[in-house]
Amino acid sequence: MTLDEKQQEVIEEFQMFDDWMDKYNYLIELSKDLPEMPPEHKTEDNLIEGCQSKVWLHAEMDNGTLKFSADSDAIITKGIIALLVEVLSGRTPKEIKDADLYFIDRIGLKENLSPTRSNGLVAMINKIKAYAMAYDAKQNQ
Amino acid sequence: MTQEKKYDIEKIRKDFPILHQKVHDKPLVYLDNAATTQKPRQVIDKVNEIYSIKNSNIHRGVHFLSNQLTEEYETSREVVQHFINAKHKHEIVFTNGTTHSINTIAFSYGEKYVNEGDEVIISEMEHHANIVPWQMLCERKNAKLKVIPINDKGELILDTYKQMLSEKTKIVAVTHVSNTLGTINDINTIIKLAHEKNVPVLVDGAQSIQHEKVDVQSLDCDFYVFSGHKVYGPNGTGVLYGKEKWLEDIPPFQTGGEMIQNVSFEKTTFNELPFKFEAGTPNYVGAIGTAEALKYMENIGFNAILEHERDLLSYATKKLTSIDGLKIYGESKHKISVISFLLDNIHHYDTGMVLDKLGIAVRTGHHCTEPLVKHFNIDGTVRATFAIYNKKEEVDALYEGLMKVKQMFG
Repeated sequence: MTLDEKQQEVIEEFQMFDDWMDKYNYLIELSKDLPEMPPEHKTEDNLIEGCQSKVWLHAEMDNGTLKFSADSDAIITKGIIALLVEVLSGRTPKEIKDADLYFIDRIGLKENLSPTRSNGLVAMINKIKAYAMAYDAKQNQ
Repeated sequence: MTQEKKYDIEKIRKDFPILHQKVHDKPLVYLDNAATTQKPRQVIDKVNEIYSIKNSNIHRGVHFLSNQLTEEYETSREVVQHFINAKHKHEIVFTNGTTHSINTIAFSYGEKYVNEGDEVIISEMEHHANIVPWQMLCERKNAKLKVIPINDKGELILDTYKQMLSEKTKIVAVTHVSNTLGTINDINTIIKLAHEKNVPVLVDGAQSIQHEKVDVQSLDCDFYVFSGHKVYGPNGTGVLYGKEKWLEDIPPFQTGGEMIQNVSFEKTTFNELPFKFEAGTPNYVGAIGTAEALKYMENIGFNAILEHERDLLSYATKKLTSIDGLKIYGESKHKISVISFLLDNIHHYDTGMVLDKLGIAVRTGHHCTEPLVKHFNIDGTVRATFAIYNKKEEVDALYEGLMKVKQMFG
């Protein structure tokens, strides 16, 4: 599935929800499906600053694509990072680096987060992009 | 004196326009009052009136508007003076807020009286605003910061405090009421013990002024500070009360206009109190608005406010503790209407996010008291705080909200 198709799929999924409780319940479900993060990757370096809750994100190359693992001590936040991982994991660093993640706005995630919380989300995306840029640069060496 | 009039909660709520709105399609339940309180129509009207027909810079004008507003600003100082029963009007300094007030004393008193090897005493339950200015002072002066510990109920251990006081102690700065736990500290004893060693005391009143009748003369505190926006007044205003002898004695903090007597390039002499500490154009709109808020509170009456908030606290405590798995942090018998809690192992942020979508505004996190929450081996709580306009139905809404949270994350 292309990144566009995947984003469309997520948007359509969220359109089914009537209210925020349903969206949150869905994020809670996603958080449960997120594979457990290996403890050795829960390092200070992988901790994302700028969130009220703790979020860890790790990336490694696997056959030319990036594989993410993540965790959070808050469930909704974990659901959000799980969603990002689901959309982006398994894509090439270049694709992730250049990705326009319009689905975040469209599912109402951004507008419903206050600036500090939104920064948390922005910080997550920045971290993902930073990994992608680093691995992309490495590949082009 | 017993309370003469009935507490008319609906009448009070009508005075606060912001309360009558929906958030996420649910009626707003505002329980983040320790962060900031909402403003009654009387305060909003006053601010509006100043900008509409009275605005002018104060103290320096020769014209009608300036004189008129200067008078109103100075009358506001008297309102504050009487509200906290200060001996003199010039002991009331208007600042930008509690943080500004504390920084003023940490600098002005600290520069003059704190030297290498001296000690400054604060407590484990201080807001960062009453930690960092003293920490910086101690770093500058190579002095030592001593911290009064708390017990697990969230009360200061005064025996330890007593032992801490010595001839090295130069100032004690403690909060009257904990913003995170709600504990009302035995400030009388703290001041008395310090004074026995001739040590002055600064009381952080940011969380007490709106809940308790404060009398600075009977407390005999040397400095008392609070913010206007936490006592139903406008944002960006605060008060620094200081005993005349201290304010006369210590140097100014910020310098500039208004606080000077004469300026030449050789020497500047400073203005008399309280102007010495009011550099630059003061936030006169905020100060006058704050006085309006204090008058509003006096009109309701402190006994009535106390009784109402005590009622709410005991109702909420009973109701929330009936929820299985809910733990309250801050279990002192002497508390204002603050409830800090965690529900099962649910992250405070998750709880806050869901409550928000139900229209309920609470605070989550460490509430600017990181050392305090560390004492309890947690990284934050959910905090609900109640004010004069909250009602039992809102406690019920919080209860229902938490049941929903439990169901979602349980």
